Amino acid sequence: MEELLIYVVIYGTLFGTFAGAAVLVWFERRLLGIWQDRLGPNRVGPFGIGLAIADIIKLFAKEDWVPPFADRFVFIFAPTAIVMAMLLGFAVVPYTAELHIADLNIGLLFFLGMTSLAVYSVLLGGLASNNKYALLGGLRSAAQMVSYEVFMGLSLMGVVMITGSFRLVDIVNAQAEHGWFVISQFLGFIVFLIAGIAESHRLPFDLPEAEHELIAGFHTEYSGMKFGMFMLGEYLGLILISSMIITIFFGGWLGPDFLPGLVWFGLKTFIVICFFILLRASIPRPRYDQLMSFGWKVMLPLTLVNLLVTGAVLLWL
Amino acid sequence: MKQLIDIVWSQLVTLYQVLLHTFTKADTVQYPEEMPYLAPRYRGRIVLTRDPDGNERCVACNLCAVACPVDCIALQKTEDEDGRWYPEFFRINFSRCIMCGMCEEACPTYSIQLTPDFEMCEYDRQNMVYEKEHLLIDGPGKYPGYSFYHIAGKAIKDKDKGEARNEAQPIDVKSLLP
Repeated sequence: MEELLIYVVIYGTLFGTFAGAAVLVWFERRLLGIWQDRLGPNRVGPFGIGLAIADIIKLFAKEDWVPPFADRFVFIFAPTAIVMAMLLGFAVVPYTAELHIADLNIGLLFFLGMTSLAVYSVLLGGLASNNKYALLGGLRSAAQMVSYEVFMGLSLMGVVMITGSFRLVDIVNAQAEHGWFVISQFLGFIVFLIAGIAESHRLPFDLPEAEHELIAGFHTEYSGMKFGMFMLGEYLGLILISSMIITIFFGGWLGPDFLPGLVWFGLKTFIVICFFILLRASIPRPRYDQLMSFGWKVMLPLTLVNLLVTGAVLLWL
Repeated sequence: MKQLIDIVWSQLVTLYQVLLHTFTKADTVQYPEEMPYLAPRYRGRIVLTRDPDGNERCVACNLCAVACPVDCIALQKTEDEDGRWYPEFFRINFSRCIMCGMCEEACPTYSIQLTPDFEMCEYDRQNMVYEKEHLLIDGPGKYPGYSFYHIAGKAIKDKDKGEARNEAQPIDVKSLLP
């Protein structure tokens, strides 16, 4: 029975996230449409939801082309890396107290490691394309990683201090006692939210693919399903970051009893995803140097202050 | 520091105001199912109209062809047995036409008119060339009562000089009588 459950969870995660990413493509465009006083894609199927399937068919039917000037092996490897890393990241997400693939005692570190690995995909893609726009995209991604990776980890340390564990299930259970960490760790939440957007290359921090400046940035040379993998990775990252925000700061599966934990988890994740899309709809992209100075001069001090205050409170109160 | 707070605050206000757009109605007109409103004076497909008697208004003066900035109008004048001028052929190449309405302004007889119809796509480019039988309509278009030959001083079969509406009798320049 235990054995069966873990398989159910693994395949559920796999299909759930893939389907979620596909539907998100449609959902995001629809929501952006609503917020920009348009309708968004509404032709294929009810509410246009068939767009998700149509998009996938289109991507599969496209020519799978590797440019002759590209570094062939790295070029093909890069898009798979992001999907692999993001899917591995899902391994530690606790959907409920029982439903999770791996209950690692360093779950949080594992998650941070996997999202960091995903950045290599962008770097390698930009490098292997042998294209100046792609290279610039990869370069920006490297700079973004350097400036965001540091306090993305540090912002979570306050939570770890309170909980005394890197295990994500413990973190959620601790929120049953202490209340959601979004209240006690508000600074940490803000920093992690912003770092999470930067990590998953979502607007407003989509500098590596800034389409107005760099054509498509690191995936300029990609087409067909290789491009599809990058898109899939991006949306998987969006879902992953949202579910981590929920797990760490909004009490994961916790909620009033009239709905099961899994539903609460899904509902909260959905709301955070909507918030990410709202960010995309409203906030312009900062300049490259603005992003760096914002990261180092504002976010890092904020994180350190948060860390110090949390430590002091835990030590002396 | 104050600048930073201002920036963050302005971003939050932006977020809120975009969120409010959830409740505004979309501006989209779903075109094929739902027609957009076209004003009566919309400049679309060009037609040739007839006068109230049912004759062609066009007198083949060529002013429209001259006014056309893209040279998409071609016509040839000819004359019928009544002495009326009319175009032998009248051809508009709609793949060139830019719907500017200059021909309509140039036309002295209200013959050529633009209509609020823009749905004239074709798979074959040659089908965009409209001949006179495609352009002529049965009615008078935007100017119902107007008939050029009833007003102008041009002599035709059943109407001699001076018989047009509001037209004075021609003066005999060779006579000294008042």
